[in-house]
Amino acid sequence: MIRVVLPAHLRGLARISGEVELDLQAPVTQRSVVDALESRYPVLSGTIRDHVTQTRRPFLRFFACGEDLSHEQPDTPLPEAVVSGTEPLLIVGAIAGG
Amino acid sequence: MMPLQYRSSRAGILGSPRWGGQMSNVRVLVGTRKGAFILTSDGKREHWDVSGPHFAGWEIYHLKGSPVDPNRLYASQSSGWFGQVIQRSSDGGKTWETPGGEVMPKPDAPPAGKSNKFAYDTSAVTGKPLTTHQWYDGTQHPWEFNRVWHLEPSLTDPDHVYAGVEDAALFRTTDGAHTWQEVAGVRGHGTGPMWQPGAGGLCLHTIILDAKNPKRMFIAISAAGAFRTDDGGTTWRPINRGLRSPYIPDPNAEIGHCVHHIAMHPNRPGVLYMQKHWDVMRSENAGDSWEEVSGNLPSDFGFVIDVHAHEPETIYVVPIKSDGEHFVPDGKLRVYRSRTGGNQWEALTKGLPQADCYVNVLRDAMAVDSLEKCGVYFGTSGGQVYASADAGDTWSAIVRDLPAVLSVEVQTLP
Repeated sequence: MIRVVLPAHLRGLARISGEVELDLQAPVTQRSVVDALESRYPVLSGTIRDHVTQTRRPFLRFFACGEDLSHEQPDTPLPEAVVSGTEPLLIVGAIAGG
Repeated sequence: MMPLQYRSSRAGILGSPRWGGQMSNVRVLVGTRKGAFILTSDGKREHWDVSGPHFAGWEIYHLKGSPVDPNRLYASQSSGWFGQVIQRSSDGGKTWETPGGEVMPKPDAPPAGKSNKFAYDTSAVTGKPLTTHQWYDGTQHPWEFNRVWHLEPSLTDPDHVYAGVEDAALFRTTDGAHTWQEVAGVRGHGTGPMWQPGAGGLCLHTIILDAKNPKRMFIAISAAGAFRTDDGGTTWRPINRGLRSPYIPDPNAEIGHCVHHIAMHPNRPGVLYMQKHWDVMRSENAGDSWEEVSGNLPSDFGFVIDVHAHEPETIYVVPIKSDGEHFVPDGKLRVYRSRTGGNQWEALTKGLPQADCYVNVLRDAMAVDSLEKCGVYFGTSGGQVYASADAGDTWSAIVRDLPAVLSVEVQTLP
């Protein structure tokens, strides 16, 4: 079970409380996680990655296991600790002006 | 007596007039930097209920109701972090949905609709955007979608809405905001490479529909100018003759003027009023030419301009000190009213702070109701929403401490 922590604004938009748990088949990647999030919560389409270019929005970052994964390729497999659910994938908004 | 019409703010026309003594209600839709607020009162406009914040923490650039179905509201919810969402209400703002869901979910269930995709039209040949625009440094820059600045519901169909966006383009939905398509003729008419962003970005912020001529529409872009279509949006042309902007390379250029807002009385669609970056302007011929009517204003810089609901020659502006000092002159918040369509202006101060006030009033933050005594409303960067129930003679604050106000619209309801 993949655990995803979303920023508060997106939790509010999608009416989510707490972490999101996703059951995904390998390989688990940033792309497959965001695909699953958008499938379950259609309102999140375009909020994490751009609607048109499908690239990560510039003020959002991906972290897991104490590492910044933001600049990994979208199809790079996520760390095993994320795949196993030991560690969550953190989707974090940049702290830029509050 | 000239027949009066129900007006749901700047350009909307509906049915018959609403008189203060006939149990009318007023609903003020306020967009702020950190959410939306809905203020309601009866026709006396003395006591107000405040609902909100809706979409707390998000920038709400604009909300507006359908003139056909006033309980159908649309809201532009955006964030520099998370992009653009369009929200829709079918009950006057009590509940909201993201359009496109098959079934209206329970209040605590995730919304079923998608956020909204605004994809610029591209060339069928190259697959690339139709044009580039000028960047601040004069180089050409591709169009990049940032947000919806203004939503303008159709005068005849509650599912039909226009959206003015940044980077400047016009979009249209015909399915209640589920899907949006670009009105490509705006960017495609040829002057796009000369448009450049103003301080707030390259935004299409004003959309005026002509109730007497459904094929005619006006838009304004900062900093490009004003444009008009006479064929329902297929073709467009600049309407900037007479505008003079000494701070651009060619002060009399056809393109490049920073138009801040345009207003029109729905019963007299040939007459337009404009608050430009500097200068208040008037056109008698649907924008074919403009003349300055700044007259005795203490400053002719400003953002808002609006027209009295029943007196097409009575207009309102809020002078701002300068383009570098975005606050009211002399620490005094003054609305200026002209009963002569410009040139002769009177300061309206009763009930407004006249010392130590340094707020701004942004371009979409003024509106009028259509009660017998026309109500005038505006919101400030300090979070106050002021109302006058007597066409500007006296003012009071409905609320004082909202987040910075981005937009104000008014609905006069049965």
